Amino acid sequence: MRTSYVIDRRLNGKNKSAVNRRRFLDRYKKHIKRAVNDAVNSRSITDMEKGESITIPSKDIHEPHLGSGVGGERTIVHPGNKEFNQGDRLKKPQGGGGAGGSGEGAGQGGEGMDDFTFNISQDEFLEFLFEDLELPNLVKKQLKEIDEHVYRHAGITSSGVPTKINIIRSLRNAHARKIALTGTSRKKIRDITAEIEKLEGLDSALRDESELEKLREEKERLERRIRNIPFIDDIDLKFNRHEKTPVPSNAAVMFCLMDVSGSMTQATKDMAKRFFLLLYMFLRRNYEKIEVVFIRHHTSAKEVDEEEFFYSRETGGTIVSSALKLMDEIIKERYPSNAWNIFAAQASDGDNWNDDSPICSKILNQSILQVVQYFAYIEITPRDHQALWYEYESVKQNFPRSFAMEQIVEPGDIFPVFRHLFQKKDAAA
Amino acid sequence: MSKEKSQPISTTSEWTFELIQEYDQAIANAADSFGLDTYPNQIEIISSEQMMDAYSSVGMPVGYHHWSYGKQFLQTQQNYQRGRMGLAYEIVINSNPSIAYLMEENTMCMQALVIAHACYGHNSFFKNNYLFKTWTDASAIIDYLVFAKNYVTHCEERYGIEEVEKVLDSCHALQNYGVDRYKRPPTISADEERRRVQEREDYLQQQVNLLWKTIPGTESNHKEAQRVNFPEEPQENILYFIEKNAPLLETWQRELVRIVRKIAQYFYPQRQTQVMNEGWATFWHFTLLNELYDRGQITDGFMMEFLASHTSVIAQPSFDEPWYSGINPYALGFAMFQDIRRICENPTEEDLTWFPDIANTDWIKTLHFAMENFKDESFILQYLSPKVIRDFKFFSILDDEKRPEYEVLAIHDDSGYERVRQLLAEQYNLSIREPNIQVHSVNVRGDRSITLHHTRHKNVPLNQDAEEVLKHMHRLWGFDVHLLSFEEDELRKEYHVPALKRESDVSSNQGSMDLN
Repeated sequence: MRTSYVIDRRLNGKNKSAVNRRRFLDRYKKHIKRAVNDAVNSRSITDMEKGESITIPSKDIHEPHLGSGVGGERTIVHPGNKEFNQGDRLKKPQGGGGAGGSGEGAGQGGEGMDDFTFNISQDEFLEFLFEDLELPNLVKKQLKEIDEHVYRHAGITSSGVPTKINIIRSLRNAHARKIALTGTSRKKIRDITAEIEKLEGLDSALRDESELEKLREEKERLERRIRNIPFIDDIDLKFNRHEKTPVPSNAAVMFCLMDVSGSMTQATKDMAKRFFLLLYMFLRRNYEKIEVVFIRHHTSAKEVDEEEFFYSRETGGTIVSSALKLMDEIIKERYPSNAWNIFAAQASDGDNWNDDSPICSKILNQSILQVVQYFAYIEITPRDHQALWYEYESVKQNFPRSFAMEQIVEPGDIFPVFRHLFQKKDAAA
Repeated sequence: MSKEKSQPISTTSEWTFELIQEYDQAIANAADSFGLDTYPNQIEIISSEQMMDAYSSVGMPVGYHHWSYGKQFLQTQQNYQRGRMGLAYEIVINSNPSIAYLMEENTMCMQALVIAHACYGHNSFFKNNYLFKTWTDASAIIDYLVFAKNYVTHCEERYGIEEVEKVLDSCHALQNYGVDRYKRPPTISADEERRRVQEREDYLQQQVNLLWKTIPGTESNHKEAQRVNFPEEPQENILYFIEKNAPLLETWQRELVRIVRKIAQYFYPQRQTQVMNEGWATFWHFTLLNELYDRGQITDGFMMEFLASHTSVIAQPSFDEPWYSGINPYALGFAMFQDIRRICENPTEEDLTWFPDIANTDWIKTLHFAMENFKDESFILQYLSPKVIRDFKFFSILDDEKRPEYEVLAIHDDSGYERVRQLLAEQYNLSIREPNIQVHSVNVRGDRSITLHHTRHKNVPLNQDAEEVLKHMHRLWGFDVHLLSFEEDELRKEYHVPALKRESDVSSNQGSMDLN
């Protein structure tokens, strides 16, 4: 009789193709990046964070093989004849051979022409999206005063509390011990069993019953001995060990500041929102915990939730410093700079009450920029810059590493500007 | 097993490991009674994701890394997720023990079908068909694949992924030309391979150096002059030729060429026995499960489900139906094996004239003989009966480039059987299906260029990939590559990589010239 082995492989890794898939993505990086960039600009705001379906022209990924081309003389056998007879002639369809009833042409066409489409996951999407970008000033705050610790696995010990027993290791030890301790007995049993069998095989007249009895008793004794070895012993027990390790703070807070005065149209706000979203996604890749504070302002500033931030309309004049002041207050109150990495992005159309601009730069210079990691200002306007821009330019000179400003004219600029702001700087810079 | 005479093994569609074992035993038992000789089976239950992995690595359990497998995977995944295709129910590997994958989603009935199909059908085919016996070594393949994977990884670490990829890309382009079609290859063994790698590396390089020695001694100079034509005879195994003779390849690159070549060789029999292999497996899942049914081991409901899947597996759409995509090898193969059995058991007048030697013989013996000693082409030539031709309503069409019409050469009638059979057999002949390209000569003493000859079959030209493939050839060879395409003795087309430069030629940047 044959023996077949049935093995359950379902628990084995299922990502056997991961490396090959990765290789493929790397090879066609250019295509994928283009698709990702296009996607960012065309997607609706709410589904920024999804995977993406990537299409590559199949001629670009075609692997060439020698084969027969079109032409010459060829014969094909097909099934399912209905009305043809030997010697019949059929007009070839116009536009080259191969089409019509011929499976050859259909097969080639089907394979050759379709573009190659596949999906990348959300993570991969973001990875391609943010490739080559980095957070500026990524000096993780090291905190002495704040005790943040995690327990990390730190090997195995032979003492510990019952809740931390490592079952696999313990049983493995027990098993090994049992094998080691019973080895001699088991060998003896084997010998004796063979002996007994030999004796039993003999004719009853020749059998030495007392000898047999003795052997059986001995076997019994040995088996008892094996049974007496404990299933698990103190010596087998192994425990997981955990160690407390301090961790640097990896919490970040992101301030979104936006001008919602009458001059900001919904289109402008949408652009701002996209920028904020990109920043949010980007930060989230770098920090485990992220809080977002939305501050909107016209002549006075207010902390609001996301919905209100993006969609409610206001009118009126513009005083930018009100938002900065509020931000400064919130930082002092809730986000001590020694515990938080602070980022801020401000979007505006550049309008400001003229006398206010110097106040803005003062707040930035004196308090905000002292504590934030990075402050990005984007001006969404096709028009010339106004006082605020020039005021900010002087701020930039004071804090070239943590302050950045860019102008966005149309949606297509958002991602390039974002990339520009977060471009990996050379080590020297 | 007589205790189960009238007791069904199971009555629900849920499968368990115990049930799989039991069915396997019952099927093995039935297979024994038909004299099926197999490798031991290793049945592995996997999930659909794992099946996709298996798919994209051409079913090999271990494979070296390459982007093209990633592409394959993405394609499979995409098609599967969009519901464009179902996954195969099984994949079986020609190894010893033979490994068969069963998907966990299958019902008990499907699992039993797959076990009968793969573990007893394909398995016995792998073990007994002459091509597989000649060309593959089931006990060594897994080890060899592991060796290949490790070697490629080792090269990647040493020379960089990109460099390795380049060589593999080029080899893949030529992989169908890495087979000795007529010569029996030596068996491969992983241990042997490992042991010999170093040895071979040294030796190979030495050989290559000999061939390309540029500072000839007086005597060898004389010899070289006589050796006008190298190779002495045309070589069909292009990859082998490259491995042994390419002037500039590093030894590790030669080893990569060898790996691709060896693996292509392993798959060579499968490409030549599709109809037979699938037909044989289908015939046996059908016969074995019917046997189980007759023994009362499976229920009516089980049988209904089985017949439904079986019927869809052997469906053959007509040429004019939208889902027609050529002849279904399962359908043709199954029909032929069924037919052979019929001829053995209940021959008609017609069969007695067409197949006097197999009519009224022991069908089990006859079937085994047919399975063991043929490949698709010769199998069809030998066994395709008028009845099967009629059942399939086969007809043959001639498409001649020079004529505005197709011609129906033969149909399923008395005057057409022979012709249809011969043309269908030809359709499965690999050496006709694939262009015949051989290494013709190497300019050893001059520019080191290599010249390939393409011998056209019925004036069928090469496809558009030819140019690209030659570029890969050029990468491996390192010097100029020429390909001349002949119809009879007449030169029809030339390809040159890099493109030839001619004084007066305007199209000097064009690689190929049409001489038609």
